[in-house]
Order: sequence, then C-alpha cells, then structure tokens
Amino acid sequence: MKRFIGFVRKEFYHIFRDKRSMFILFGMPIAQIMLFGFAITNEINNVKIAVLDKSKDTETQKIIQKISNSTYFDIEQELSSESQIEAVFKRGKVKAVLVFENDFIKQLQTEKNAKVQVITDATDPNIANTISNYVTAMLQNYMQDKNKINNQKHQIETQTQLFYNPELKSVFTFVPGVMTVILMLVSAMMTSISITREKEMGTMEVLLVSPIKPIQVIIGKVFPYIFLSIINAAVILLLGYFVFKMPIEGSLFLLAVESVLFIICALSLGILISTLSNSQQTAMMISLFGLMLPVILLSGFIFPISSMPLPLQIISNIIPAKWFIIIIKAIMLKGAGFSIIWKETLILVGMTLLFISVSIKKYKIRLE
Amino acid sequence: MVFETLQVSIIIMNKEKIIQVEKLTKTFGNFTAVKGITFDVYKGEIFGFLGANGAGKTTAMKMLIGISNPTSGKAIVAGLDVATQSDLVKMNIGYMSQKFSLYDDLTVNENITFFGGIYGLSRKQIKEKSIQLVEELEMQNVANNLVGALPLGWKQKLSFSVALLHEPKIVFLDEPTGGVDPITRRQFWEMIYTQAHKGTTIFVTTHYMDEAEYCDRVSIMVDGVIEALDTPKNLKQQFKVNSMNDVFLKLARNIE
Repeated sequence: MKRFIGFVRKEFYHIFRDKRSMFILFGMPIAQIMLFGFAITNEINNVKIAVLDKSKDTETQKIIQKISNSTYFDIEQELSSESQIEAVFKRGKVKAVLVFENDFIKQLQTEKNAKVQVITDATDPNIANTISNYVTAMLQNYMQDKNKINNQKHQIETQTQLFYNPELKSVFTFVPGVMTVILMLVSAMMTSISITREKEMGTMEVLLVSPIKPIQVIIGKVFPYIFLSIINAAVILLLGYFVFKMPIEGSLFLLAVESVLFIICALSLGILISTLSNSQQTAMMISLFGLMLPVILLSGFIFPISSMPLPLQIISNIIPAKWFIIIIKAIMLKGAGFSIIWKETLILVGMTLLFISVSIKKYKIRLE
Repeated sequence: MVFETLQVSIIIMNKEKIIQVEKLTKTFGNFTAVKGITFDVYKGEIFGFLGANGAGKTTAMKMLIGISNPTSGKAIVAGLDVATQSDLVKMNIGYMSQKFSLYDDLTVNENITFFGGIYGLSRKQIKEKSIQLVEELEMQNVANNLVGALPLGWKQKLSFSVALLHEPKIVFLDEPTGGVDPITRRQFWEMIYTQAHKGTTIFVTTHYMDEAEYCDRVSIMVDGVIEALDTPKNLKQQFKVNSMNDVFLKLARNIE
C-alpha cells in the first residue's frame, strides 16, 4: 500500500509538472463546454431580413410588426421591387427576404388563401432551413390567433408539444456529448500516453525489474486519471447545470455510477492502446484517429445515428461513447432509472471486460 | 610450494557462486536467441558480459533479471531460481538500463524517495539513504533540482547509486556508459570498483573494449553461444593478441 501511494504521488508530479497535460486536463473541458454552449448553436437570434411588401395593407403590416417584435429577426430593410432582392443577398446584409403578394388582404378575405414567399440565402443550408421553419411557424401562429378571434369553425389546428427539451435547446445535446468526449480524451489518451512514455524513456524496464508487479504499475498509472476524470465530469455537469440550465431529472447517484463505469471503460481502452504502441506519438495517433473521431462523428453526439447509412449505423454499435450518451441523456433529460438503461449499462460493462482481458493477454505476450 | 597451494585453495573456497547458469536457452518462434549457455559468476567480482549487437546478450540478461522466462535450462541468481522465484530475485538485484533510467521531471530527492519506496524501504531508511547518497555524490546543491537539468554524467552516477539503494547482492548494468565522456566513464568505473570491494557483484555489458580490461572476468557471446570466458589477461594470451579489442575481433571474424 505504501508502495502504491508513492507510485501515485509520482504520477501526480508527472501530471502537474507537464503543462500540456495540465491544459488537456483542466483547460480543455471548460473551453470545450463554453465553445459548444455559446458559439456553436442551432438556434437563431437577431437574424437580419428584408421585406418586400407589394400590398401594404393592414394585414401585412400586422404580420411584419409581429416578426420584427420577435427576438429571432431584425428587419433590416424594406424593399420596393423584386429587382432589389438579388442585390441585397449579394451584399450579404440579409439572410432572408419575405415577399407579400399583391392584394394580400383581399386574397385572404375572399379566397381564404394568401401567399407569402420566403426567400433564403442557402449558402448556409442549416441556417436557411431554420429561418424558413421559424417564419412558417410564426405565420401559422398568427393565423391561429386570428381565426380564434373570428370564431371560425372547421379549422384544423396542429398542436405540437416538445417533450424533454421544449425549447429545443442545443446545449442539451452538447453537454452530454462534450462530457463523453472529454472523459474519453482524458481517460484513454492521457493514460495511453503516460504508459508509453515510461516505455519510451526506459523507465518501464526499471519498474519491471523492481519487485513492484506489472499489475500494480498499471493500476498506479491509471488511478490518478480516474480521480481527475471524476473531477472533470463534475465540472462539466456543474457548468451545464448552472451556466446552461441543463436539467438533471434523474438520480445523481446513478449518473455518477454510470460515469465512473464509462471512465473505467475508457481507461481500459487506454491501457489497450498502450500495449499496442511503443511510442507516445503512436499512442496519441491511435487515440486521436481511432477514438476521438469516431466518438465525435459516430456516437450520435453531433450527427444523429438514425440518419446515417446502414453500415455506419452498425459500426456505431461498437463505440462505447454511443451507449454512454444514450445513458446520460436518458438520466439527465428523461429522469430514467436503472430499469430503463440496464441494457446499455450491460453493453458498457461487457466492453470494459473485453478491453481489460485483451490488454492482460497482450501485456503477458510482451513480457514473454 | 606447500604454502602457495594452500593459499590458492582458500581463494577458491571463497569463490561463492552467486549466479549459476546451466544450458539456459531462449527461443522466439523459429529463432533461438540464446543457445544453451552455461557459466558461473562469483560473489564480489566484476563480470563483463560482451557480445556484438544481436548476439543474444540482452536476451540472456533479461532472463537473469527475471523479466523474461527461459525456454529451457536453469539460472540461479542469488540462490533463487529465476523461472519460479523471479519476485524474490528482483528484491536481491539492482538494475541500470542503457537508457537513462530516472525520471527527468522529478527532483534528485524525489527520484530517490520513489525508487526507495518501490523497493519497500521504510521512510526512515529512505531519509538516511538519500542524505548519505547526495553527500557521496556531492549533489547537495542540486538535490531539489529536476534530474532533467543535470549533466548526463551526473545522471549516470545518480542512476547507479539509485540502483544500489536497497543494497542488492548483484547489480546488472546494461551498457551503463553509453554516450558519456571518457573522464566521467573513468569516474564511473571507480564507483563500480568501490562497490565491488564492498562485496557487491557487478554484472556489466559494454561495447567499450577498454572497459572489458577493467573486468575481473569477461565472457564473449557470439550468435547465442558463449565463445570465450576467462580473465582479460588469459584471453589475450589464449588468442595471442595485446588487447581485448583484438580478442573480440578475432572471435567475431572466426565465426564469419
């Protein structure tokens, strides 16, 4: 036990004296969560648009008023003819132009059908899509209010209710995603690098010649990272909760247990990588391309798995991060208990055992 | 004449075998790296273990220090079988690898504390040892500096002292003086001599043939086999040459 404490103390010296490690451990999680939370977002705010109102009646004025009162859009310019549309887009001043047809109010009253054209700048397809959705929603909303006042019958109303994330806040998917990426990075990459560093420096040989057992060396190297990963997970959750108002509906204890399970899973992957590589560079390359990219691209963190081609959907099953994201989203957003996520938990446990047994086997072969 | 014979017999009686190697063999797949070597090392001697790169000396040494299992044959180190008692063997030996084997990002004192700790020394022992060691090496001024900032020669000496921290019966040195300047090498060998006089057995591999001259006995390995084993003086006589360098070249050439 005394040997173990001495070993762990040595590991902490390594970590605290290496600026790069310190940055990855403490700078990165906070920077990432802030970046994802504030900068990268699917929501739109204060988007500049232009209006071409050919009718200029009371109805169009009310609609324009409603749109400009919202926080989503700012009306930058009122156009007078269609020929101006392309010009404003080319200057890049506005993202969309609303065109009200001639005799708008008359069409609405007599034909019960008036047209608004939404022209968007689709050089950024995501924003264009979001803008047209927002405008459509606002127009429908306006019509519903109007119909209610007029007491019109036989009107079909669609009522959409969004469960778990009513405001469609993107931060709700980023917090679990970033937490997964950070835990993977800290646990797998940092441990594999720290173990291969000992190999590269020749100190691993000295440790193996000493009475300390290989398994003690591995546990001693891994232990500080379990500790630091738990701190990281806590920091991310606190930031998510207090800065981004991310709810934690389910049991905090279950969330903690599942996080520790995922940390151990990632650590065992890190040990596996270190048995496969002899230099820090190789370990870093394998971690980055073998782990980070799949975690970001195939775990469902950014791109939904259900819209991937079938082969990728199948591959995504072998990525531990996918299961962890499902688990923490279920706990945090839906308040799910263990009875709902036991299958995903079991998969993670299975993967962890597999990684550990393969590493032990590899490690023995190397010692031979 | 009678007295002389008596003296010789006493010396032989004193020659306690600390390493006994018998038909030690290591095979990797189809390749046999070490082909049934047999030799003894006596207590307190400086034993030079020589051989060209790829001759199998590193593999043989790994078996003796208990990090590689022999395919067949037997090796007894400090009275313990390396195949079955490697844990106990490790308690009784010190090791210094050719790669510099301390932690650069730890201070001199922290390195001593760490290695003392993994060899199971008590806190009090570590404290005493580190004061004594730093004094002997005249490193009082740098005891709290990071090892990475020290000159290579100092690191080598520190590394050797750290390998001796738990007072092992045998120290294995794997090309300890690689890349060190001649003066430091000379000083390093003085440390080795001092330690051998205290009764510690030194098992050393080296590429420098002048260093082979400093050893009590030298073995030369070629292609997994020990081709020669004797005192440097006897080897030079046997091959009718003036230096160990020529002995080595002659052996290597004969094989080719």
